[in-house]
Amino acid sequence: MTTTTITSRQGDRAPYRVTVWRVLRSEWSKFWSVRSSWVTLGLSVVVLVAIGTIASAAYSPGTADTGGPPLGDSPVALALTGMTFAALAVGVLGVLVSAGEYSTGMIRSTLAAVPKRLPVLWSKGLVLGVVTAGVTAAGALAAFQLGGLTLKDTDITLALGDDGVLRALTGAGLYLGLIGVWGVALGALLRSTPSGIAVLVSVLLIVPGLTSLLPDSVGDAVTPYLPSKAGESLTALHGSADLLAPGAALAALAGWAVLTLTMAGVRLTRTDA
Amino acid sequence: MIEVQQLTKRYGDKTAVDNLTFTVRPGRVTGFLGPNGAGKSTTMRMIIGLDRPTSGTVTVNSKRYAQHRAPLQEIGSLLEARSVHPGRTALAHLMALAHTHGIPRHRVDEVIELAGLTSVAHKRAGAFSLGMGQRLGIAAALLGDPEIIMLDEPVNGLDPEGVLWVRNLLSGLAAEGRTVMLSSHLMSETALIADQLVVIGRGRLLADTTVEEFIQRAGGRGVKVATTEPERLRAALSGPEVTITSTDAQELVVDGMDSRRIGVTAAQHGIPLYELTPQTVSLEEAFMELTSDVVEYQSSTATTLKAA
Repeated sequence: MTTTTITSRQGDRAPYRVTVWRVLRSEWSKFWSVRSSWVTLGLSVVVLVAIGTIASAAYSPGTADTGGPPLGDSPVALALTGMTFAALAVGVLGVLVSAGEYSTGMIRSTLAAVPKRLPVLWSKGLVLGVVTAGVTAAGALAAFQLGGLTLKDTDITLALGDDGVLRALTGAGLYLGLIGVWGVALGALLRSTPSGIAVLVSVLLIVPGLTSLLPDSVGDAVTPYLPSKAGESLTALHGSADLLAPGAALAALAGWAVLTLTMAGVRLTRTDA
Repeated sequence: MIEVQQLTKRYGDKTAVDNLTFTVRPGRVTGFLGPNGAGKSTTMRMIIGLDRPTSGTVTVNSKRYAQHRAPLQEIGSLLEARSVHPGRTALAHLMALAHTHGIPRHRVDEVIELAGLTSVAHKRAGAFSLGMGQRLGIAAALLGDPEIIMLDEPVNGLDPEGVLWVRNLLSGLAAEGRTVMLSSHLMSETALIADQLVVIGRGRLLADTTVEEFIQRAGGRGVKVATTEPERLRAALSGPEVTITSTDAQELVVDGMDSRRIGVTAAQHGIPLYELTPQTVSLEEAFMELTSDVVEYQSSTATTLKAA
């Protein structure tokens, strides 16, 4: 038995070959075969749906015109209240997927199988982006529909078919998908889960507050391009002076992801694994 | 075939591999030996392209590793055993690697069975013992049915049964005409498996020889005889089973005859002997002697005392 197994070669050697699609297939299977992917992805959806539903249920007419935050007045904004937390979850998931390869040593097996290296990075980004965008868009939709049940008798009820609603909910998925991709890039660039998460949290949560320390002219020019602000632009029903247009916001987010991915790609190909 | 040519790797001002040249040929087991820190793992990492050489070249079946269309089919390698995500099952780990090459599921099942992992295929790799992890690494190395198998310290952490299994597996692979390279810091253990030896220390080549030659040079397994009449003794002892070498004008090393028979034969011929010593030098000692100048972290009582 043993000898026949080893000897299955010579003459009839199977024509194995590494292709871009196969690398993508491999990364797809790697993503779904660790528990942390399910847990983190599940967490981001649960947070999105639960917080959105609760925020909608807690809405009482009148808070809108007592000077509440401008975004707090639409069913879409209420449904997406959990987006900040969901962004942290999917960003962390992205970091885990790439930096985890280094912390576990898996990277040696991965790069031995795919020595050209770059297809691994693109595939990880693509898998995470598509999965996260799809799942969180569905989560956003669920939050909106569930929230709608409690909002239907209030003054701010909106239907799915109303102007901009679908665009905003899809925007939430796109935003979270791109944050996931950005997380993959950060993890691959820094090769460390703690560093990756630290940068992620800083840029998403801390930097937006720090820009107020800048001179107004600079701060106002920079702030809309931050990932979290671009996310607000993508999910806002109506444009506002201090936010980018949705198209520009999407481009800004993609820019963050692509720029970081490029730096990660340079480090991946130029340095020892 | 692995061809390493003038390979050098520096990390900052530390030279891990220093102008190393050797060839690993098909059909035999090549032992890659050196004390800890000699540069074995770094060399192996460069062979499969994980590290980039500072200078020099290394080819696998006459191409750079990364230029192969199906690298896992050219060379299967086990570097550090923990090259696995602990959260993935053995099966999922091997499937993930198999997907990159289009290797079918039945081949994955084959290597799982070959490595004796069938009962734990659905267990997470993080729960594996060192020996199980090693078996999983070897299964991954065999996945692509490769021409060359390169293993870094493969018997590390294996129980005696596992050691025997690796030994038989490797000789079986070499007998099929495959190239087998394994590293170790234990000479005696390597001599049991290997035919060829490449010994390095501080990144430099110390010896590139066969195990047989190494044993001979280490003093063989024979008996050292000192006599005033070496020529007469040589004639008296010679026979089909006996090899006689001489290291000194009045010394012979006799292989194939025990000291008692040598003494009796010498007495019958009236040849005076003034030393008759069975060689006790072990392979391990010979190896340590070869590498003694270059041991990276030599223990030294003197410096320890001074420091204290």
